[in-house]
Amino acid sequence: MPARETRILFRHIDEPGLAEIDTFRRLGGYRAAEKAFTTMEPTEVLNELESSGLRGRGGAGFSMGKKASFLPRGEMDKYLCCNADESEPGAFKDRELIQKNPHQLIEGITIGALAADANRCFVYIRGEYAEFADILERAVGEAYEAGYLGERAYGTGHQVELVVHRGAGAYICGEETALLDSLEGKRGNPRLKPPFPAIKGLYDGPTLINNVETLANCPHIIGRGADWFKSFGTEQSPGTKVVSVSGCVQRPGNYEVELGISSRELIEGLAGGPPPGHEVKAWFPGGSSAPILTAAELDVPYTFEDMQKAGSMLGSGSIIVADETVSIPHLALRTARFYHHESCGKCTPCREGTNWTVKMLERVIRGDATPMDLDVTASVQDNIIGNCLCVLGDSMAMPVGSMVRKFRNEFEQAIEEGRAAAALPLEEAEEWAPMEAA
Amino acid sequence: MNGTDPPSADAGASERAQRGKFASELAGGPGRERAGAEQLGGNGSVPELHEVDCPTDLREAIETAMGRYPDPRSASIPALWAVQRRYGWCTPEGIRQAAAVMGVPPAHLEAVASFYDLFRLEPAGRHDVLLCTNISCWMRGADELLEAVCGAADAELEKATHEGATSADGELFISNFQCMGACDIAPMAAIDGRYVGPLEAGDASAIVDDIRSGREPFPERSLVRRPAAGSPEPEPDPRVAES
Repeated sequence: MPARETRILFRHIDEPGLAEIDTFRRLGGYRAAEKAFTTMEPTEVLNELESSGLRGRGGAGFSMGKKASFLPRGEMDKYLCCNADESEPGAFKDRELIQKNPHQLIEGITIGALAADANRCFVYIRGEYAEFADILERAVGEAYEAGYLGERAYGTGHQVELVVHRGAGAYICGEETALLDSLEGKRGNPRLKPPFPAIKGLYDGPTLINNVETLANCPHIIGRGADWFKSFGTEQSPGTKVVSVSGCVQRPGNYEVELGISSRELIEGLAGGPPPGHEVKAWFPGGSSAPILTAAELDVPYTFEDMQKAGSMLGSGSIIVADETVSIPHLALRTARFYHHESCGKCTPCREGTNWTVKMLERVIRGDATPMDLDVTASVQDNIIGNCLCVLGDSMAMPVGSMVRKFRNEFEQAIEEGRAAAALPLEEAEEWAPMEAA
Repeated sequence: MNGTDPPSADAGASERAQRGKFASELAGGPGRERAGAEQLGGNGSVPELHEVDCPTDLREAIETAMGRYPDPRSASIPALWAVQRRYGWCTPEGIRQAAAVMGVPPAHLEAVASFYDLFRLEPAGRHDVLLCTNISCWMRGADELLEAVCGAADAELEKATHEGATSADGELFISNFQCMGACDIAPMAAIDGRYVGPLEAGDASAIVDDIRSGREPFPERSLVRRPAAGSPEPEPDPRVAES
């Protein structure tokens, strides 16, 4: 079967005026939420979301309905935060969902708020997305005017307030507890868990935090039912996924596919693969924090469970492809430098580990490392993973560790060339050039 | 400490404290309520509004932001955005003004401002040119693009690569900035907040010239005009098409 998209969230994506409420309504928008608010009990909505098996699209893949069910019931201020901080290198799906179809997200947020019984909602959108935040704010204004937001959402007794909150450039704020600190007006440092945000989150109140794409799925689940939703994808990964494909491919962009499609169809079929004459050497299946896979692993089905079995992860669903011209030690350094820069510095293994990893990789590339450095690099990664408040350090350790493991020969070659050059007579050594600096 | 500066600094502090005290006496009571300033851990006192001469538009922007949150302290990022819009960067005076409006110590807002990469803590060029050099952009020539843009604008490449550099004429602030979430148009730039790409090194002088003369560089390559990658839209799956 030829590679094809299955568009649910991306249906009508380039329809002119889709970002405006009239067009969105003409195409069936807000009907699902109206049905939920006017004919369903909040627990029914929650049950429907839970039985759909929808897994979080932000990276962790946790059941959305289950997460919402962790919030306590009862009279108190509860919050819903939509995580639109999308900062993982390689990820750009939420951006297109917000830019082109902001009302789908707003409708999803109201449904999520009903299910979790939350009355105050926020979209935490990264500061760089200023153009798209403007679009979203305009849409929020329209939704207030239409009565879908406000004190009596959809004309019912449920209050749903929604504020678009812009960040200001910090990768760590995509981590849910750092997001909460940032939203409270502080530096975005992660918090110690437990307590989890469902119990004690924003302003110490119960808080549900969901990714943009997760919430954008909710209208479709409520509108057509959990069973319909489960007819897409696999048993453990139901539904579709908007996958960002970039790097060495001919048609980079977002593709919405049924989970379970082969990764090769996504990379080579839809995105066109590397330009003619080039071939896939390595690829990140889930953003730059996912352990790298090789060309031999292109036929792994694109699901949460299969990526895990292959030793990597689906993450936020962002594929970055490297062809044979890309040097893996340079790729490792590029990856490590990003996390080093973004480490908030709170936990020592991450702060120091990212720093030392960058230094060791620079030595490899300059040609003054020893073979032992590779083992030290590997052990640094082992000492970061699982030892910090959040997974930022792990996000460097996992891909860098996988690159050293799977492409060790490239690192060794760089080291050996550097050592051989050191033993040359002076005039020959001067002609030797280390790997081009990254 | 050399023993000469501190006394005068102390004198300044006590003078300010005196003025603050006098002001609250004039107002006929203990100053207005400080929104939990003591919990924020910042050193120093909260400036009074009359001490900082905050422009009305800035004050209104910050107060509007404060009103949007259950806890007004959530407005620190919006307040800093307002300061940066007003002055071009987060000036110490602007931060003091925002702190006075919010009723928090300036040190708290300074700590927040220094955490986030988009806030400028020193004067910067009028136009923001952020260039991504992360993995996908790098593989498609972003390093060469950054170098060419720095060359065309007469800005220091080394500085642009790390903390950002202002061009010699003071017009452009050029900074390596990773990753902006637009790997589909790699290598890309955000120019005054607008995403544009793919760009190549050969485009550098056109980019710089356009910005200098107030034009939008390569509007036909702006991200907002780009259709979804898989367009035109495929025939819907039968399960999607029904109803």
